[in-house]
Amino acid sequence: MGAIAIRKALADAGVEWRDIQFGFAGSYEIDNPDAVVALMGLTGIPFTNVYNGCATAGSVLALAADAIRLGDYDLGIAVGMDKHLPGAFSADPRLYACPSWYGELGQFLTPKFFGMKINKYMHDHGITSPTLARVVAKNLRNGALNPNAFRRKPLAEEEILGSRMLNYPLTQYMFCSPDEGAAAVIVCRADRAHRYTDKPIYLRASAVRTRRLGAFEVHSPWLPIEETVGPTVDASRAAFEKAGIGPEDVDVIQLQDTDAGAEVIHLAENGFCADGDQEKLVADGELEIGGRLPVNTDGGLIANGEPIGASGLRQIHEVVLQLRGQAGDRQVPGDPKVGYTQLYGAPGVAGVSILSL
Amino acid sequence: MARIPIAEGLFTSMSDDARLIGGRCTACEIVTFPIQGSCPRCPSTDMTEHPLPRHGRLWAWTTQEFPPPSPPYLGPKGDAFVPYGVGYVQLGDDVRIETRITTAEGLKIGMEMELVLVPSWTDKDGNEVIAFAFRPVV
Repeated sequence: MGAIAIRKALADAGVEWRDIQFGFAGSYEIDNPDAVVALMGLTGIPFTNVYNGCATAGSVLALAADAIRLGDYDLGIAVGMDKHLPGAFSADPRLYACPSWYGELGQFLTPKFFGMKINKYMHDHGITSPTLARVVAKNLRNGALNPNAFRRKPLAEEEILGSRMLNYPLTQYMFCSPDEGAAAVIVCRADRAHRYTDKPIYLRASAVRTRRLGAFEVHSPWLPIEETVGPTVDASRAAFEKAGIGPEDVDVIQLQDTDAGAEVIHLAENGFCADGDQEKLVADGELEIGGRLPVNTDGGLIANGEPIGASGLRQIHEVVLQLRGQAGDRQVPGDPKVGYTQLYGAPGVAGVSILSL
Repeated sequence: MARIPIAEGLFTSMSDDARLIGGRCTACEIVTFPIQGSCPRCPSTDMTEHPLPRHGRLWAWTTQEFPPPSPPYLGPKGDAFVPYGVGYVQLGDDVRIETRITTAEGLKIGMEMELVLVPSWTDKDGNEVIAFAFRPVV
């Protein structure tokens, strides 16, 4: 699937594989995603394999952009691919610097963390379960309009609320699923982009941040009493500063919706609203494709699953289509000019990218 | 057939008044759980054992209503699985620790919680493995 994504990206850019001077490839399951070059052509280019938790794909893009900025190359590729087994991710907790008993007792689980985080957030900021169901229903409706989505069947809010409770208040249909996916992005020097397209999309900023002491993070057997904001907030602020714009300038938004609660929390963590405002924004349809803050217009993780290595490049793909006006039935109206993407997950890492025409 | 702790150095005894053993940085005084070899805040590697309060307040919680992937999970699976609560309990001004909760029902942020030692499973040598959990104080 990685090779399929690369061929589509090459065709879109009007370049050949032999023109590509370097690559970065992200994956969790594949030890050596560089294997994809054997399917494309063994041209001898530097090709670097990357795994950086749930921010893998954001890191791949940031590294590829930096390679161009350093002046070493003019044209390269960022690609991500993964294929996960069904069910919650699992690993030896010691690989995450957690004690063995933490896993033996059934605490080394990401869905449980997301349940705790949104349950506390709802308690503190007055968000309700029907809002979570509305977010899922929206993302599945958007996914139904996306031919590449993994889940394309809309669900009623009652079905979402009534599905099996997994980690209170999150039901089965409020979570995304691990699946198979790939995405690829061609990057080039900004001053040469017009050679390949008459409507280039510029990467204005990318930022990756890890958790600071006091952030409420996944896989934490303990937390200090002192509290601070999560890595998404830090990455978001850094990216906006680099881009020289603010949340009010963004026209289309892709957020990490590992579960419906994550989308709700991330809307505030990325500066698009105040804590608690999501209840009304969702009820008023402001996160819909035609709303004031269109979020996860391709269905997000809830409709596309989370192939970790590809997920953030899938967000970039969607933003590029939206900014070019090529998103078809799910096109955000009003000629969007600025797009925003955010990744977050284990082990407490976030990646943000800002793109514009 | 003996009662054995799930890990060495995790609690002070196997009796009803057992306390969990945290770690305290001698330089900046942050408390961790369990004890670790170096401080997560300052560069110190001088961490001392620090017994934690047995009572605290529930800071955040959820329920675990499906059996976790095994490995690493060693508890009851299939029809024997019973949903449990999980949460962070704030122990005084020391630390918030993540813990299993003895029930998945009636949990509320801010409620008072107390430490209990619970038999969790039988290991391959026939030993009863004892772990810790917190229960609501009613």
